[in-house]
Amino acid sequence: MTAAIAAQGLGKRYRRTWALADCTLSVPAGHVVGLVGPNGAGKTTLLGLATGMLAPSTGTIEVLGGRPGSGRAQLARVGYLAQGAPVYAGLSVADHLRLGARLNPGWDAGPARSRIERLDLDPRQKAGTLSGGQRAQLALALAIAKRPQLLVLDEPVASLDPLARREFLQDLMEATADQDLSVVLSSHLITDIERVCDYLIVLAGSRVVAAGPAEELLATHHLLSGPRRDPASLPGGVQVISASHTDVQSTLLVRSTGPVLDPAWTVSEVGLEDLVLAYMSQAAGRGRRNHLEVQR
Amino acid sequence: MIEFHLDGRSGVAPYLQLIHQVRHALRLGLLHEGDQLPKVKDVAAGLAINPNTVLKAYRQLEHEGLAAARPGIGTFVTGTLDGGPLAAHGPLRRDLQRWLAKARRAGLDDESIEALFASTFRSAAEEDIA
Repeated sequence: MTAAIAAQGLGKRYRRTWALADCTLSVPAGHVVGLVGPNGAGKTTLLGLATGMLAPSTGTIEVLGGRPGSGRAQLARVGYLAQGAPVYAGLSVADHLRLGARLNPGWDAGPARSRIERLDLDPRQKAGTLSGGQRAQLALALAIAKRPQLLVLDEPVASLDPLARREFLQDLMEATADQDLSVVLSSHLITDIERVCDYLIVLAGSRVVAAGPAEELLATHHLLSGPRRDPASLPGGVQVISASHTDVQSTLLVRSTGPVLDPAWTVSEVGLEDLVLAYMSQAAGRGRRNHLEVQR
Repeated sequence: MIEFHLDGRSGVAPYLQLIHQVRHALRLGLLHEGDQLPKVKDVAAGLAINPNTVLKAYRQLEHEGLAAARPGIGTFVTGTLDGGPLAAHGPLRRDLQRWLAKARRAGLDDESIEALFASTFRSAAEEDIA
């Protein structure tokens, strides 16, 4: 099966700064992929490379087996919803549907119209006067009507109120169940990611620090707590992601494919939020250390 | 037709919550053999969850013999669940009440009683597996 996204040593540099470096990924099709990481970690850059809006500085990226933005056929297979759900403020809702129909060869007019009706949008209303939630819903309706095989969404729900956010995700999940659709979406909202995504990519400090099916990531990470001791005393194959110590206790978040059997540790499951935070703080700690070394 | 709901703070994986709800509905008699389960698309859209999560729950129910998929139509209930004959509940409850009274006399508080029950239940279940 062709991968939804396959990247080899992918990197993007702006002058002397690497926005994304050394990114190697293979995301199978048919997933809803959550892209998480702190601001400036390279999420938008990775999405830009996947859609062909940006060209790589190093390495290669293939989307559904083709080079992003490489022609009409490739463009028709990938839908992209940019941050803030941009629409044409001066055009009406109906104009947007007409425009979509003219610009996209595989346009699916029926569902788009019924989606707009369900949202109670007046077709004559100018898009510039829509609420944030309505604008996002209009943009999503357009992106789904394009009938892409991969839908790329950059922070689609960040600016929406809880109700609009839920409605947006309901529509997105309905489309995912309905069509043969892979989705990649970036978000800071882990609770949403947890509901919606079954595959996770964690970006931090311009690098992919973890990637895989959500269940697999959860099953291979554990929270250990016990009497204070040196993390280096852990057996091989157990990788410490984050550690905190008091004078008597150590708490570690570790990655380990096998079970941790040492009875000195109390082993508990890790939630997605703790897992993501551990990787983010690991990368942040490394960044600070590097910074100090440079200053010295 | 039953309607699913999700508790985001329970810590229980969403697909397990769906399975529990089907089993619970079977026990309460809300679902019967032959009833259709909500369509994957409707559950995904209604709860805003990944359709694969719903599929996984339904596959697990099929594996347990409680449901079967009819391609192109949906998933249907094929099994029944009951908590054992109701007649057995009375004596068991009386035994448990006697045991609880004993535990209190021994000085255990509610939390210790629950912990003792849970850990005994777990180790008994583990012995069954082994």
